Amino acid sequence: MAVCTRRLDKVMCSIRLLRNVKHQNERFLSTSLCRLALESDGGNPTTFTPPSKPVIIDKTQTEASLRKFLSPEFIPPRQRTNPLKFTIERKDMIQRRKVLNIPEFYAGSILAATMADPHATGKVNRFVGICIQRGGHGLGATFVLRNIISGQGVEICYELYNPRLQKLEVLKLEKRLDSNLMYLRDALPEYSTVDPDMKPVPHSVTGEVPVNTTRVRMRPKPWSKRWERPKYAVKGIRFDLYLTPEKMEHAQKWAQPWLEYDMLKEYDTTELEKRIFAEVQAEMTK
Amino acid sequence: MQYSISTSFMIPTWKRILSHPKPHTAFDLRQNTISRSSLAAGYRQAQQELTKAGPNMVLISRSFTGFLTQLSSLTHHNAFSVSAAAAAIQKMTRVRVVDNSPQGTTPWHRAPRVIHVYTKNGVGKVGDRVLLAIKGGKKKALIVGHKMPGERMNPRFDSNNVVLIEDNGNPTGTRIKVPLPTHLRKMEGEYSKLLAIASRFV
Repeated sequence: MAVCTRRLDKVMCSIRLLRNVKHQNERFLSTSLCRLALESDGGNPTTFTPPSKPVIIDKTQTEASLRKFLSPEFIPPRQRTNPLKFTIERKDMIQRRKVLNIPEFYAGSILAATMADPHATGKVNRFVGICIQRGGHGLGATFVLRNIISGQGVEICYELYNPRLQKLEVLKLEKRLDSNLMYLRDALPEYSTVDPDMKPVPHSVTGEVPVNTTRVRMRPKPWSKRWERPKYAVKGIRFDLYLTPEKMEHAQKWAQPWLEYDMLKEYDTTELEKRIFAEVQAEMTK
Repeated sequence: MQYSISTSFMIPTWKRILSHPKPHTAFDLRQNTISRSSLAAGYRQAQQELTKAGPNMVLISRSFTGFLTQLSSLTHHNAFSVSAAAAAIQKMTRVRVVDNSPQGTTPWHRAPRVIHVYTKNGVGKVGDRVLLAIKGGKKKALIVGHKMPGERMNPRFDSNNVVLIEDNGNPTGTRIKVPLPTHLRKMEGEYSKLLAIASRFV
Protein backbone atom coordinates (compact mmCIF):
# COMPACT_ATOMS: atom_id res chain seq x y z
CA MET A 1 0.00 0.00 0.00
CA ALA A 2 1.44 3.27 -1.10
CA VAL A 3 0.69 6.77 -0.01
CA CYS A 4 -1.17 9.55 -1.81
CA THR A 5 0.37 12.41 0.08
CA ARG A 6 -1.76 15.16 -1.39
CA ARG A 7 -5.15 13.73 -0.48
CA LEU A 8 -4.20 12.55 3.02
CA ASP A 9 -3.75 16.08 4.23
CA LYS A 10 -7.52 16.43 4.39
CA VAL A 11 -8.37 13.12 6.09
CA MET A 12 -7.26 12.19 9.60
CA CYS A 13 -8.98 8.84 9.94
CA SER A 14 -6.80 7.23 7.34
CA ILE A 15 -3.74 7.35 9.60
CA ARG A 16 -4.36 3.79 10.77
CA LEU A 17 -4.00 2.59 7.16
CA LEU A 18 -0.57 4.13 7.00
CA ARG A 19 0.89 1.19 8.86
CA ASN A 20 1.75 -0.89 5.77
CA VAL A 21 3.44 1.49 3.47
CA LYS A 22 5.84 0.21 0.87
CA HIS A 23 7.46 2.02 -1.98
CA GLN A 24 8.01 -0.20 -4.96
CA ASN A 25 9.78 1.22 -7.96
CA GLU A 26 8.26 4.62 -7.30
CA ARG A 27 4.78 3.32 -7.80
CA PHE A 28 1.90 5.68 -7.11
CA LEU A 29 -1.31 3.86 -6.43
CA SER A 30 -4.50 5.39 -5.22
CA THR A 31 -6.15 3.25 -2.58
CA SER A 32 -9.38 2.97 -0.75
CA LEU A 33 -8.17 5.98 1.22
CA CYS A 34 -9.66 8.31 -1.32
CA ARG A 35 -12.98 6.50 -1.22
CA LEU A 36 -13.04 6.54 2.60
CA ALA A 37 -12.16 10.20 2.56
CA LEU A 38 -15.04 11.00 0.27
CA GLU A 39 -17.55 8.94 2.25
CA SER A 40 -16.58 10.46 5.54
CA ASP A 41 -17.24 13.91 4.08
CA GLY A 42 -21.00 13.96 4.08
CA GLY A 43 -22.44 10.46 4.00
CA ASN A 44 -23.87 11.26 0.57
CA PRO A 45 -23.52 8.47 -1.99
CA THR A 46 -20.74 9.49 -4.34
CA THR A 47 -20.26 8.33 -7.91
CA PHE A 48 -17.63 5.70 -8.39
CA THR A 49 -14.33 7.17 -9.44
CA PRO A 50 -12.03 4.50 -10.76
CA PRO A 51 -8.52 4.54 -9.33
CA SER A 52 -5.90 6.17 -11.50
CA LYS A 53 -3.77 3.87 -13.61
CA PRO A 54 -0.48 2.81 -12.02
CA VAL A 55 2.55 4.40 -13.54
CA ILE A 56 5.44 1.99 -13.44
CA ILE A 57 8.68 3.72 -14.22
CA ASP A 58 11.35 1.06 -14.58
CA LYS A 59 14.55 2.95 -13.97
CA THR A 60 16.82 -0.12 -14.21
CA GLN A 61 16.98 -0.09 -18.01
CA THR A 62 17.11 3.03 -20.10
CA GLU A 63 15.42 3.05 -23.45
CA ALA A 64 18.73 3.57 -25.17
CA SER A 65 20.22 0.31 -23.83
CA LEU A 66 17.33 -1.94 -24.94
CA ARG A 67 18.10 -3.79 -28.13
CA LYS A 68 16.30 -2.29 -31.13
CA PHE A 69 14.89 -5.12 -33.18
CA LEU A 70 12.63 -4.78 -36.18
CA SER A 71 11.32 -8.10 -37.46
CA PRO A 72 12.53 -8.60 -41.04
CA GLU A 73 9.03 -9.11 -42.45
CA PHE A 74 8.19 -5.45 -41.75
CA ILE A 75 10.75 -4.25 -44.25
CA PRO A 76 8.96 -4.10 -47.62
CA PRO A 77 10.74 -5.55 -50.64
CA ARG A 78 11.66 -3.27 -53.48
CA GLN A 79 8.73 -3.70 -55.80
CA ARG A 80 6.53 -1.69 -58.10
CA THR A 81 3.58 -1.81 -55.72
CA ASN A 82 1.68 0.94 -54.02
CA PRO A 83 3.18 1.68 -50.57
CA LEU A 84 -0.40 1.78 -49.31
CA LYS A 85 -0.40 -2.02 -49.50
CA PHE A 86 2.49 -2.17 -47.04
CA THR A 87 0.92 0.32 -44.63
CA ILE A 88 -2.33 -1.62 -44.52
CA GLU A 89 -0.44 -4.87 -44.07
CA ARG A 90 1.63 -3.36 -41.29
CA LYS A 91 -1.54 -2.29 -39.52
CA ASP A 92 -2.84 -5.88 -39.64
CA MET A 93 0.50 -7.26 -38.49
CA ILE A 94 0.58 -4.92 -35.49
CA GLN A 95 -2.99 -5.87 -34.63
CA ARG A 96 -2.02 -9.54 -34.58
CA ARG A 97 1.10 -8.79 -32.55
CA LYS A 98 -1.05 -7.13 -29.88
CA VAL A 99 -2.84 -10.44 -29.42
CA LEU A 100 0.07 -12.86 -29.80
CA ASN A 101 3.51 -12.02 -28.54
CA ILE A 102 5.94 -12.69 -31.39
CA PRO A 103 9.39 -12.53 -29.82
CA GLU A 104 12.67 -11.57 -31.37
CA PHE A 105 14.46 -14.54 -32.94
CA TYR A 106 16.95 -15.31 -35.67
CA ALA A 107 17.95 -18.28 -37.79
CA GLY A 108 19.80 -20.53 -35.37
CA SER A 109 17.57 -19.83 -32.38
CA ILE A 110 15.68 -22.66 -30.75
CA LEU A 111 11.94 -22.08 -30.66
CA ALA A 112 8.87 -23.89 -29.37
CA ALA A 113 5.73 -23.28 -31.43
CA THR A 114 2.26 -24.28 -30.20
CA MET A 115 -0.45 -24.36 -32.83
CA ALA A 116 -4.11 -25.33 -32.81
CA ASP A 117 -4.63 -28.66 -34.49
CA PRO A 118 -8.07 -30.25 -34.86
CA HIS A 119 -6.53 -33.67 -35.36
CA ALA A 120 -4.05 -33.63 -32.49
CA THR A 121 -4.76 -34.90 -29.00
CA GLY A 122 -5.70 -31.98 -26.80
CA LYS A 123 -6.27 -29.88 -29.92
CA VAL A 124 -2.80 -28.31 -29.58
CA ASN A 125 0.41 -29.38 -31.17
CA ARG A 126 3.75 -28.26 -29.71
CA PHE A 127 6.89 -28.51 -31.80
CA VAL A 128 10.39 -27.61 -30.66
CA GLY A 129 13.12 -27.05 -33.19
CA ILE A 130 15.94 -24.93 -34.48
CA CYS A 131 14.96 -22.14 -36.83
CA ILE A 132 16.73 -22.73 -40.12
CA GLN A 133 15.14 -20.04 -42.28
CA ARG A 134 13.04 -16.89 -41.99
CA GLY A 135 11.29 -15.92 -45.17
CA GLY A 136 8.42 -14.01 -46.64
CA HIS A 137 7.29 -10.42 -46.26
CA GLY A 138 4.32 -8.94 -44.51
CA LEU A 139 1.54 -11.22 -43.33
CA GLY A 140 2.94 -14.18 -45.25
CA ALA A 141 6.14 -14.26 -43.22
CA THR A 142 7.27 -17.80 -42.40
CA PHE A 143 9.95 -19.55 -40.41
CA VAL A 144 11.06 -23.17 -40.64
CA LEU A 145 11.76 -25.21 -37.53
CA ARG A 146 13.81 -28.36 -37.81
CA ASN A 147 14.25 -31.23 -35.36
CA ILE A 148 15.08 -34.90 -35.42
CA ILE A 149 12.43 -37.03 -33.73
CA SER A 150 12.93 -40.77 -33.29
CA GLY A 151 15.68 -40.71 -35.90
CA GLN A 152 13.49 -38.99 -38.47
CA GLY A 153 14.28 -35.44 -39.54
CA VAL A 154 11.15 -33.28 -39.47
CA GLU A 155 10.75 -29.69 -40.63
CA ILE A 156 7.65 -27.55 -40.21
CA CYS A 157 7.21 -24.24 -42.01
CA TYR A 158 5.12 -22.02 -39.72
CA GLU A 159 3.41 -18.81 -40.79
CA LEU A 160 4.05 -16.09 -38.20
CA TYR A 161 0.65 -14.46 -38.60
CA ASN A 162 -1.44 -17.60 -38.97
CA PRO A 163 -4.27 -17.52 -36.40
CA ARG A 164 -3.62 -21.21 -35.67
CA LEU A 165 -0.35 -20.26 -34.03
CA GLN A 166 -1.14 -19.89 -30.33
CA LYS A 167 2.20 -19.48 -28.63
CA LEU A 168 5.75 -18.85 -29.71
CA GLU A 169 8.54 -19.20 -27.15
CA VAL A 170 12.20 -18.63 -27.70
CA LEU A 171 14.02 -21.33 -25.74
CA LYS A 172 17.46 -20.17 -26.79
CA LEU A 173 18.13 -16.87 -28.50
CA GLU A 174 21.25 -16.93 -30.62
CA LYS A 175 22.50 -16.24 -34.10
CA ARG A 176 24.69 -18.38 -36.33
CA LEU A 177 27.31 -17.57 -38.90
CA ASP A 178 24.69 -17.73 -41.68
CA SER A 179 21.13 -16.43 -41.97
CA ASN A 180 20.01 -19.58 -43.79
CA LEU A 181 20.77 -22.95 -42.26
CA MET A 182 19.34 -25.22 -44.96
CA TYR A 183 22.66 -27.05 -45.00
CA LEU A 184 21.68 -28.68 -41.72
CA ARG A 185 19.76 -31.17 -43.86
CA ASP A 186 23.09 -32.50 -45.10
CA ALA A 187 24.87 -32.11 -41.80
CA LEU A 188 25.29 -34.82 -39.20
CA PRO A 189 22.05 -35.36 -37.24
CA GLU A 190 23.54 -34.16 -33.96
CA TYR A 191 23.44 -30.56 -35.23
CA SER A 192 19.70 -30.65 -35.88
CA THR A 193 18.64 -32.52 -32.75
CA VAL A 194 16.89 -30.42 -30.15
CA ASP A 195 15.52 -31.81 -26.88
CA PRO A 196 11.71 -31.35 -26.95
CA ASP A 197 11.64 -30.83 -23.17
CA MET A 198 14.33 -28.21 -23.23
CA LYS A 199 14.07 -25.48 -20.60
CA PRO A 200 14.26 -21.88 -21.83
CA VAL A 201 17.73 -20.40 -21.53
CA PRO A 202 17.53 -16.86 -20.08
CA HIS A 203 18.78 -14.15 -22.41
CA SER A 204 19.40 -10.47 -21.85
CA VAL A 205 17.24 -7.77 -23.39
CA THR A 206 20.17 -5.43 -23.84
CA GLY A 207 23.38 -5.80 -25.75
CA GLU A 208 24.28 -7.94 -28.72
CA VAL A 209 22.67 -11.27 -29.51
CA PRO A 210 25.20 -14.08 -28.91
CA VAL A 211 26.60 -15.60 -32.10
CA ASN A 212 27.14 -19.36 -32.13
CA THR A 213 30.27 -19.88 -34.18
CA THR A 214 30.02 -23.67 -34.51
CA ARG A 215 31.11 -24.91 -37.92
CA VAL A 216 29.11 -27.95 -38.76
CA ARG A 217 30.38 -31.36 -39.89
CA MET A 218 28.61 -32.78 -42.88
CA ARG A 219 27.64 -36.19 -44.13
CA PRO A 220 29.74 -37.45 -47.02
CA LYS A 221 29.04 -35.90 -50.38
CA PRO A 222 26.77 -35.74 -52.43
CA TRP A 223 24.84 -33.05 -50.64
CA SER A 224 21.40 -31.78 -51.63
CA LYS A 225 22.95 -28.54 -52.79
CA ARG A 226 26.54 -27.68 -53.63
CA TRP A 227 27.05 -25.66 -50.48
CA GLU A 228 30.66 -24.85 -51.31
CA ARG A 229 29.58 -22.61 -54.20
CA PRO A 230 29.78 -18.85 -53.57
CA LYS A 231 26.09 -18.20 -54.31
CA TYR A 232 25.18 -19.81 -50.97
CA ALA A 233 28.02 -18.06 -49.13
CA VAL A 234 27.99 -20.60 -46.34
CA LYS A 235 30.37 -19.88 -43.49
CA GLY A 236 29.15 -22.46 -41.02
CA ILE A 237 30.44 -25.66 -42.66
CA ARG A 238 33.85 -27.21 -42.17
CA PHE A 239 34.72 -27.53 -45.81
CA ASP A 240 38.32 -28.39 -45.06
CA LEU A 241 37.24 -31.86 -43.95
CA TYR A 242 35.41 -32.71 -47.16
CA LEU A 243 36.90 -30.69 -49.99
CA THR A 244 40.46 -30.24 -51.15
CA PRO A 245 41.69 -26.70 -51.80
CA GLU A 246 41.56 -27.53 -55.53
CA LYS A 247 37.86 -28.33 -55.26
CA MET A 248 37.24 -25.12 -53.33
CA GLU A 249 39.00 -23.18 -56.04
CA HIS A 250 36.95 -24.97 -58.68
CA ALA A 251 33.79 -23.93 -56.83
CA GLN A 252 34.89 -20.30 -57.07
CA LYS A 253 34.38 -20.57 -60.85
CA TRP A 254 30.70 -19.94 -60.15
CA ALA A 255 31.47 -16.73 -58.28
CA GLN A 256 29.94 -13.54 -59.63
CA PRO A 257 32.25 -10.87 -58.22
CA TRP A 258 30.64 -8.09 -60.25
CA LEU A 259 27.38 -8.42 -58.26
CA GLU A 260 28.97 -6.61 -55.33
CA TYR A 261 29.44 -3.51 -57.50
CA ASP A 262 26.07 -3.61 -59.27
CA MET A 263 24.43 -0.29 -58.42
CA LEU A 264 21.00 -1.26 -59.68
CA LYS A 265 20.87 -4.07 -57.13
CA GLU A 266 21.55 -1.70 -54.23
CA TYR A 267 18.68 -1.43 -51.78
CA ASP A 268 19.46 0.72 -48.79
CA THR A 269 16.84 0.15 -46.12
CA THR A 270 18.33 2.14 -43.20
CA GLU A 271 15.99 5.15 -43.49
CA LEU A 272 13.00 2.93 -44.20
CA GLU A 273 13.86 0.75 -41.21
CA LYS A 274 14.10 3.73 -38.85
CA ARG A 275 10.77 5.08 -39.99
CA ILE A 276 9.00 1.73 -39.78
CA PHE A 277 10.57 0.94 -36.40
CA ALA A 278 9.33 4.24 -34.96
CA GLU A 279 5.87 3.61 -36.42
CA VAL A 280 5.69 0.08 -35.05
CA GLN A 281 6.94 1.15 -31.59
CA ALA A 282 4.34 3.89 -31.42
CA GLU A 283 1.51 1.57 -32.44
CA MET A 284 2.53 -1.24 -30.08
CA THR A 285 2.76 0.97 -27.01
CA LYS A 286 -0.67 2.55 -27.62
CA MET B 1 32.83 -63.05 -56.95
CA GLN B 2 30.16 -60.49 -57.64
CA TYR B 3 29.30 -58.30 -54.68
CA SER B 4 26.19 -56.24 -54.58
CA ILE B 5 24.46 -54.05 -52.09
CA SER B 6 21.59 -55.55 -50.17
CA THR B 7 19.17 -53.16 -48.56
CA SER B 8 15.68 -53.73 -47.40
CA PHE B 9 14.77 -50.13 -46.83
CA MET B 10 15.57 -46.96 -48.61
CA ILE B 11 19.18 -46.11 -47.91
CA PRO B 12 20.35 -42.92 -49.52
CA THR B 13 23.65 -43.03 -51.35
CA TRP B 14 25.55 -41.37 -48.54
CA LYS B 15 24.82 -44.25 -46.20
CA ARG B 16 26.38 -46.73 -48.59
CA ILE B 17 29.55 -44.84 -48.19
CA LEU B 18 31.62 -46.43 -45.57
CA SER B 19 33.92 -44.33 -43.60
CA HIS B 20 34.11 -40.74 -42.61
CA PRO B 21 36.44 -38.93 -44.98
CA LYS B 22 39.84 -38.45 -43.42
CA PRO B 23 40.77 -34.83 -42.86
CA HIS B 24 43.68 -34.87 -45.27
CA THR B 25 41.99 -36.55 -48.21
CA ALA B 26 38.67 -36.12 -49.90
CA PHE B 27 38.54 -39.22 -52.01
CA ASP B 28 35.53 -40.16 -54.02
CA LEU B 29 33.69 -42.34 -51.56
CA ARG B 30 31.26 -43.63 -54.11
CA GLN B 31 33.98 -45.91 -55.39
CA ASN B 32 33.63 -48.10 -52.33
CA THR B 33 30.87 -50.58 -51.83
CA ILE B 34 30.37 -53.29 -49.30
CA SER B 35 29.70 -56.98 -49.55
CA ARG B 36 26.13 -58.09 -49.13
CA SER B 37 26.51 -59.93 -45.86
CA SER B 38 28.50 -57.25 -44.06
CA LEU B 39 26.13 -54.53 -45.21
CA ALA B 40 23.07 -56.50 -44.22
CA ALA B 41 24.59 -57.21 -40.83
CA GLY B 42 25.64 -53.63 -40.58
CA TYR B 43 22.21 -52.28 -41.29
CA ARG B 44 20.53 -54.72 -38.99
CA GLN B 45 22.79 -53.48 -36.24
CA ALA B 46 22.24 -49.89 -37.21
CA GLN B 47 18.52 -50.41 -37.33
CA GLN B 48 18.60 -52.04 -33.92
CA GLU B 49 20.52 -49.08 -32.63
CA LEU B 50 18.04 -46.69 -34.17
CA THR B 51 15.02 -48.58 -32.85
CA LYS B 52 16.52 -48.76 -29.38
CA ALA B 53 16.74 -45.01 -29.48
CA GLY B 54 15.17 -43.22 -26.60
CA PRO B 55 15.27 -39.50 -26.08
CA ASN B 56 19.01 -39.46 -26.57
CA MET B 57 19.19 -39.34 -30.33
CA VAL B 58 22.56 -37.66 -30.19
CA LEU B 59 24.18 -40.72 -28.70
CA ILE B 60 22.54 -43.04 -31.17
CA SER B 61 23.49 -40.99 -34.18
CA ARG B 62 27.06 -40.81 -32.91
CA SER B 63 27.22 -44.56 -32.52
CA PHE B 64 25.71 -45.00 -35.96
CA THR B 65 28.27 -42.79 -37.63
CA GLY B 66 30.97 -44.44 -35.57
CA PHE B 67 29.77 -47.79 -36.79
CA LEU B 68 29.98 -46.66 -40.40
CA THR B 69 33.65 -45.97 -40.00
CA GLN B 70 34.29 -49.61 -39.16
CA LEU B 71 33.03 -50.99 -42.44
CA SER B 72 35.50 -50.92 -45.22
CA SER B 73 36.23 -52.97 -48.24
CA LEU B 74 36.94 -52.05 -51.77
CA THR B 75 34.90 -53.87 -54.38
CA HIS B 76 33.49 -52.83 -57.72
CA HIS B 77 32.17 -49.36 -58.58
CA ASN B 78 28.52 -48.54 -58.11
CA ALA B 79 28.17 -44.82 -58.72
CA PHE B 80 24.83 -43.31 -59.67
CA SER B 81 23.34 -39.91 -59.09
CA VAL B 82 20.34 -39.14 -56.93
CA SER B 83 18.21 -36.16 -57.83
CA ALA B 84 16.50 -34.01 -55.23
CA ALA B 85 12.84 -34.64 -54.47
CA ALA B 86 10.91 -32.88 -57.24
CA ALA B 87 7.39 -34.28 -57.21
CA ALA B 88 6.24 -36.08 -54.10
CA ILE B 89 5.95 -39.80 -54.77
CA GLN B 90 5.43 -41.26 -58.20
CA LYS B 91 6.29 -44.41 -60.13
CA MET B 92 9.79 -45.73 -59.60
CA THR B 93 10.49 -43.71 -56.43
CA ARG B 94 12.37 -45.63 -53.83
CA VAL B 95 10.65 -45.41 -50.46
CA ARG B 96 11.40 -46.25 -46.89
CA VAL B 97 9.11 -48.72 -45.13
CA VAL B 98 8.71 -47.53 -41.56
CA ASP B 99 6.74 -50.27 -39.88
CA ASN B 100 8.12 -53.45 -38.34
CA SER B 101 6.60 -55.86 -40.85
CA PRO B 102 8.91 -58.69 -41.96
CA GLN B 103 8.55 -57.68 -45.61
CA GLY B 104 9.67 -54.18 -44.80
CA THR B 105 12.59 -55.00 -42.56
CA THR B 106 14.35 -58.01 -44.10
CA PRO B 107 17.20 -57.12 -46.41
CA TRP B 108 16.93 -57.31 -50.18
CA HIS B 109 19.29 -56.32 -52.92
CA ARG B 110 16.85 -53.70 -54.26
CA ALA B 111 15.11 -50.96 -52.38
CA PRO B 112 11.29 -51.05 -52.38
CA ARG B 113 9.98 -49.03 -55.30
CA VAL B 114 6.60 -47.54 -56.12
CA ILE B 115 5.12 -49.06 -59.26
CA HIS B 116 1.66 -47.49 -59.17
CA VAL B 117 0.02 -44.57 -57.40
CA TYR B 118 -3.73 -44.81 -56.79
CA THR B 119 -4.60 -41.19 -57.53
CA LYS B 120 -6.01 -39.34 -60.55
CA ASN B 121 -2.62 -37.84 -61.38
CA GLY B 122 0.30 -40.08 -60.76
CA VAL B 123 1.53 -38.09 -57.79
CA GLY B 124 1.23 -39.44 -54.29
CA LYS B 125 1.05 -37.28 -51.18
CA VAL B 126 0.43 -38.16 -47.52
CA GLY B 127 -2.58 -40.42 -47.22
CA ASP B 128 -2.46 -41.84 -50.75
CA ARG B 129 -2.24 -45.54 -51.50
CA VAL B 130 0.54 -46.87 -53.64
CA LEU B 131 1.62 -50.23 -54.96
CA LEU B 132 5.16 -51.24 -54.09
CA ALA B 133 7.51 -53.75 -55.66
CA ILE B 134 9.10 -55.19 -52.55
CA LYS B 135 11.16 -58.38 -52.19
CA GLY B 136 10.22 -59.66 -55.59
CA GLY B 137 6.50 -59.21 -55.00
CA LYS B 138 3.78 -56.56 -55.02
CA LYS B 139 2.32 -55.00 -51.91
CA LYS B 140 0.04 -52.06 -51.26
CA ALA B 141 1.20 -49.29 -48.98
CA LEU B 142 0.13 -45.93 -47.56
CA ILE B 143 2.28 -42.82 -47.81
CA VAL B 144 2.88 -41.31 -44.38
CA GLY B 145 5.41 -38.62 -45.17
CA HIS B 146 7.39 -37.27 -48.07
CA LYS B 147 10.41 -35.09 -48.74
CA MET B 148 8.53 -32.61 -50.87
CA PRO B 149 7.35 -29.53 -48.98
CA GLY B 150 3.56 -29.38 -48.84
CA GLU B 151 1.18 -27.09 -47.02
CA ARG B 152 2.44 -24.55 -44.52
CA MET B 153 2.04 -25.69 -40.90
CA ASN B 154 2.32 -29.34 -42.00
CA PRO B 155 5.48 -31.33 -41.35
CA ARG B 156 7.96 -32.25 -44.06
CA PHE B 157 10.05 -35.35 -43.51
CA ASP B 158 13.61 -36.07 -44.56
CA SER B 159 12.67 -39.36 -46.21
CA ASN B 160 9.72 -40.73 -48.19
CA ASN B 161 7.99 -42.90 -45.60
CA VAL B 162 5.51 -45.60 -46.35
CA VAL B 163 3.56 -48.18 -44.28
CA LEU B 164 2.68 -51.58 -45.74
CA ILE B 165 -1.01 -52.24 -45.90
CA GLU B 166 -3.50 -54.98 -46.83
CA ASP B 167 -6.28 -54.49 -49.37
CA ASN B 168 -8.79 -53.70 -46.64
CA GLY B 169 -6.57 -51.00 -45.11
CA ASN B 170 -5.17 -52.99 -42.20
CA PRO B 171 -1.46 -52.49 -41.58
CA THR B 172 0.86 -55.45 -42.03
CA GLY B 173 3.19 -54.51 -39.20
CA THR B 174 2.44 -54.04 -35.53
CA ARG B 175 4.34 -50.89 -34.66
CA ILE B 176 5.37 -47.62 -36.28
CA LYS B 177 8.22 -45.93 -34.48
CA VAL B 178 8.63 -43.02 -36.88
CA PRO B 179 6.51 -39.88 -36.22
CA LEU B 180 3.42 -39.48 -38.39
CA PRO B 181 1.79 -36.22 -39.46
CA THR B 182 -1.32 -35.30 -37.48
CA HIS B 183 -3.40 -34.50 -40.57
CA LEU B 184 -3.32 -38.24 -41.32
CA ARG B 185 -5.88 -38.53 -38.50
CA LYS B 186 -8.49 -37.22 -40.93
CA MET B 187 -8.75 -40.72 -42.36
CA GLU B 188 -9.80 -42.11 -38.99
CA GLY B 189 -12.45 -44.33 -40.55
CA GLU B 190 -10.40 -46.02 -43.21
CA TYR B 191 -7.03 -46.39 -41.48
CA SER B 192 -7.98 -46.41 -37.81
CA LYS B 193 -5.88 -49.53 -37.11
CA LEU B 194 -2.85 -47.91 -38.71
CA LEU B 195 -3.26 -44.78 -36.59
CA ALA B 196 -3.63 -46.99 -33.53
CA ILE B 197 -0.23 -48.65 -34.01
CA ALA B 198 1.50 -45.30 -34.55
CA SER B 199 3.59 -44.33 -31.54
CA ARG B 200 4.11 -40.67 -32.26
CA PHE B 201 2.42 -37.82 -34.10
CA VAL B 202 4.08 -34.58 -35.11
